[in-house]
Amino acid sequence: MSTTAAPLGTAAPAVAPKAETPFRRFVSEFAASRLALVGLVMITIIALVAILAPWIAPQNPYDLAQLDIMDGRMEPGTVGGAGFTYWLGTDDQGRDMLSGIMYGLRISLMVGAGSAVIACVVGASLGMIAAYAGGRTDSLIMRLVDLQLSFPAILAALMILAFLGKGILNVVIALVIVEWAYYARTVRGSALVERRREYIEAAQCLALPTRRIIFRHLLPNCLPPLIVVGTMQVARAIALEATLSFLGLGVPITEPSLGLLIANGYEYMLSGKYWISFYPGVALLVTIVSINLVGDQLRDVLNPRLKK
Amino acid sequence: MTVFILRRLMQAALVVLAMSVLVFIGVYAIGDPVEILISPEADQIERERAIHALGLDLPLWQQYLVFLARAAQGDLGRSFVFNEPALQLILQRMPATLELAVSATLFALLIGLPLGLYAGLRPNSPVSKGIMAGSILGFSLPTFWVGLMLIMVFAVQLGWLPSTGRGETVEVLGMRWSFLTWDGIQHMIMPAFNLSLFKISLVIRLTRAGVRETMLMDYVKFARAKGLSPARVTFVHVFKNILIPVVTVVGLEFGGTIAFSVVTESVFAWPGMGKLIIDSINVLDRPVIVAYLMIIVLMFVTINLIVDLTYSVLDPRVRLEAKS
Repeated sequence: MSTTAAPLGTAAPAVAPKAETPFRRFVSEFAASRLALVGLVMITIIALVAILAPWIAPQNPYDLAQLDIMDGRMEPGTVGGAGFTYWLGTDDQGRDMLSGIMYGLRISLMVGAGSAVIACVVGASLGMIAAYAGGRTDSLIMRLVDLQLSFPAILAALMILAFLGKGILNVVIALVIVEWAYYARTVRGSALVERRREYIEAAQCLALPTRRIIFRHLLPNCLPPLIVVGTMQVARAIALEATLSFLGLGVPITEPSLGLLIANGYEYMLSGKYWISFYPGVALLVTIVSINLVGDQLRDVLNPRLKK
Repeated sequence: MTVFILRRLMQAALVVLAMSVLVFIGVYAIGDPVEILISPEADQIERERAIHALGLDLPLWQQYLVFLARAAQGDLGRSFVFNEPALQLILQRMPATLELAVSATLFALLIGLPLGLYAGLRPNSPVSKGIMAGSILGFSLPTFWVGLMLIMVFAVQLGWLPSTGRGETVEVLGMRWSFLTWDGIQHMIMPAFNLSLFKISLVIRLTRAGVRETMLMDYVKFARAKGLSPARVTFVHVFKNILIPVVTVVGLEFGGTIAFSVVTESVFAWPGMGKLIIDSINVLDRPVIVAYLMIIVLMFVTINLIVDLTYSVLDPRVRLEAKS
């Protein structure tokens, strides 16, 4: 705690003791867990690798001209015909696994984060409307949520993909349909509490339009639990996408995500060529665990019940 | 009470009906069933005759009514691939899936309860912290990948267990079961463990939380003050009381286990319902897809119904709320 009274918001980093802003308090509370920090660093690295994959990967795994079938199923650490070392081995088509994983991460993260964002927008809007409107609208939306949540995610996703067929877009649609209910329930819960507060009453007295009250007044105050659920749901979405792709119902074979890379190695596993499935799985695991670690800590920090 | 039960039954029927519309439209309206059902060599007249015979020239709502009337009689169509009634095909594979799900549940209780109990009794010991970290891992690990790793270690490298398939089966009551032969049990260990991973973590966490709560109760203090041995306090007074919520949740999760066996069955080539649906989706065997989805929907609605009714018997607040 700084004892110097610095005016709020005028944070000049060069001048020594910093004022305590809500954001700084949040940062220091978050950093209290070393495990969560490790998770955050890992997520950053993974995201950077995924974004920069076309520039840092040794090979473009989608470009068939760059693949040498003679280099197929090489063990990790072998030097290939193209002159560079396959640190994580190659798959059956001579694709460098390291490059494959970097590009696979792109697809996995894109699908995971993308579906989470869309599901969040859809779910949060519906949850907010349910809480604000109440009555019939509320019970209709919440019935839908209950119905959705009573079926396991994998089953609902399977059903939707059985209708729509494969493809990145269809996977995103399936994930959104599976996930929106979590956001709706979370937002409705906190919005029901918030809407009885005085500031909402004040806004209503000012005769502000309902849309403005919902999105400018109610929504920002319901954000913390939404952020927590959102983080966890990104991890879930990535895991679910990988599972669907592994089952052959997810992304197309031309742009393999981590799940599909693992599936490709399945048949070679029985002959002891472990690396084709093993390393993409490790990448997937590290990604999911890191996101969960960060989400866990966010939940503790943002939960007002745990505050003294 | 009767009103409540009737109401809930009607709701359940409505859900099944709504899902049947969704499934029907989803599977039959998207894409053209004619192309799959009728051979491409057929000429125009033959085609039209076949379309008429299959009822595909009717408006969609009439087709749906026909589908519904047949479904009510237990006829969900014939599989294109196996040329057998779809329903029969799925019911044949149900024992394999049930067997797997039941043994996964048993695994979860046998492994999860002792570990959770230990972690609850000694919350600060390093072993307990290890158990809890392990349970987080159990939630995060992608099931299918763990399955592959199990195959790699125990089947390929150590050679202790068979990698895939169901092994020898014995026929009892007209259904084939694996758990009655040693070979069958060996085949079952890995898939069952794989399917139970998530549940083990769940049971550990529930048990630990329950134990920590129960240990503070007055009756536990009293039992201790009475001079009972710690073992008796733990296993009779504490354990019995935490068992109720744990068993409830595990029971509730049973439907989820059956749904998730889709993944495990695919990894271990276990010939159950889950593997059948994945294969059917891949070859677009529509009647089987529809039959599977309808059976699963029916199953879940039934599970939810039973849970709701049980709760309403146990907790009068639920039915009073429904009345008002």
